[in-house]
Amino acid sequence: MIGALHLAFWQTTAIKVAVVLGIIPAGALILGYVFLLKMMSHMQSRLGPMEAGPHGSLQLIADGVKFLQKEDIFPERADRVVFALAPIIVLMSTFLLYVVIPVGPRLSVQNLDIGLIFALAVSSLSVIGILMAGWASANKYSLIGALRAAGQLIAYELPLILAVVGVAVQAGSFNLQTIVQAQAHGKIFGVGAIGNPYILTQAVGFIIFIIAAQAELTQTPFDMPVAESELVAGFMTEYTGFRFLFFFMGEFGTAFAFSAIGATLFLGGWFVPGIHGGLADIVGPAVVFAKVMLVAFLIFWMRFSFPRLREDQLQAFAWKFLIPLSLVNIVATGVLKVAF
Amino acid sequence: MLAVSTTVPQEIIFWILAVSMAGAALRVVTTKNIVHAALYLMVVLAGVAAQYILLAGEYIAVVQVLVYIGAVLVLVLFGIFLTRAPIGHSGDLDNDQRWLAGIVSLFLFGMLGYILNDAFHRDKLTITHVQGIGAVGDSFFSTYVIPFEVVSVLLLAALVGAIVIARRD
Repeated sequence: MIGALHLAFWQTTAIKVAVVLGIIPAGALILGYVFLLKMMSHMQSRLGPMEAGPHGSLQLIADGVKFLQKEDIFPERADRVVFALAPIIVLMSTFLLYVVIPVGPRLSVQNLDIGLIFALAVSSLSVIGILMAGWASANKYSLIGALRAAGQLIAYELPLILAVVGVAVQAGSFNLQTIVQAQAHGKIFGVGAIGNPYILTQAVGFIIFIIAAQAELTQTPFDMPVAESELVAGFMTEYTGFRFLFFFMGEFGTAFAFSAIGATLFLGGWFVPGIHGGLADIVGPAVVFAKVMLVAFLIFWMRFSFPRLREDQLQAFAWKFLIPLSLVNIVATGVLKVAF
Repeated sequence: MLAVSTTVPQEIIFWILAVSMAGAALRVVTTKNIVHAALYLMVVLAGVAAQYILLAGEYIAVVQVLVYIGAVLVLVLFGIFLTRAPIGHSGDLDNDQRWLAGIVSLFLFGMLGYILNDAFHRDKLTITHVQGIGAVGDSFFSTYVIPFEVVSVLLLAALVGAIVIARRD
């Protein structure tokens, strides 16, 4: 990880685990505060929470402390073991997503050759946790929410995978680090000053990726699984206290991770023009963070702007529009890759 | 016997995984709740992925997670929930074909064991490097191009068949 220091394997592993364990709640808090509390409030001409801390910035920490004090309630007829395991599986999927995201030329938890497929595979694990939560709650609203979630996540996983195939084809690799390097050293029409962020050549892929990520994160307009007005929060209905906090952190931590993957694939990751070598390792995390906030802004902007889709509209949109479009995108990328 | 040259930590992890996989596999068929059976199946499938990682086959391990846990198991759970999934005992999950199932399992075990033994004898498989996705792709489109294309056509046929069945007219 760091060339100058020589740490034992268990020491670097411990550092990496600690960093990721810190990033998940931090990322969830930042997204929750900046977008969910403040941006939504200001878009709706209101202030949002203002009391806890300067400009209400400690509101979510206060909420977190509150959740930790709550009683740990199991519904009477729940399947206790499955009920308790479900939030852990969801959070585990979030945790594993961070393994492959690079934040500098030499800074990543593990530089896997199959990084992109790994990220997609572990993100699909959260469906299992959601299904377990919905079933074990012994509540029909929860079960319906879980079924909706599963149907939605299966339908939108395909466009998500197919959208990033275009990037992999253009970069010639599934390794996220290599994809960033390819963007840093790429040229558009012979001009290499800003590299070649794939949002320019893979604009269609980026749009499909953002829409599919929105659905994978069950954000409005794709929030049927947790629709408050119909299903009283779906699979999360029966969860209280720290188990509910797990779901909250899972949701926003995954939103942060998906934004980071989007920033890596389409916005050039840790690369900014003019910064190379060791300096990129130092400013890389800040650059990635800025790009993550940009992608997350798009996701939350859509969340606050659109009304909820109907279940059949959702499925038709994925299967009849997004998937064919992403297949065309792959073919076009392949043809252009060979032609140029 | 098939023997893989491994390090001691690899051996320890292998046995931990193997024992928990065998235990979970046993619970799949003995548990009284059908959803629990599906979840124990997930433990077995995840164990298989972990074994692949232990053998440095990272691509196949990730695909195992993506396909078997992310898709097949979700579909199984989805199917169970859509039909009947009570909490507690799922009624009578047993039938009188225990002995038949036992015979089939023993036959399968014996056959796979014989094939592995016959193919490798005392060869030691040395794992020198991680099998990269590039090598997998290259062998698909060179050495194994015909089986690959045959499987593609088979999947296409299944896809067309699914559409034909799902059509209303």
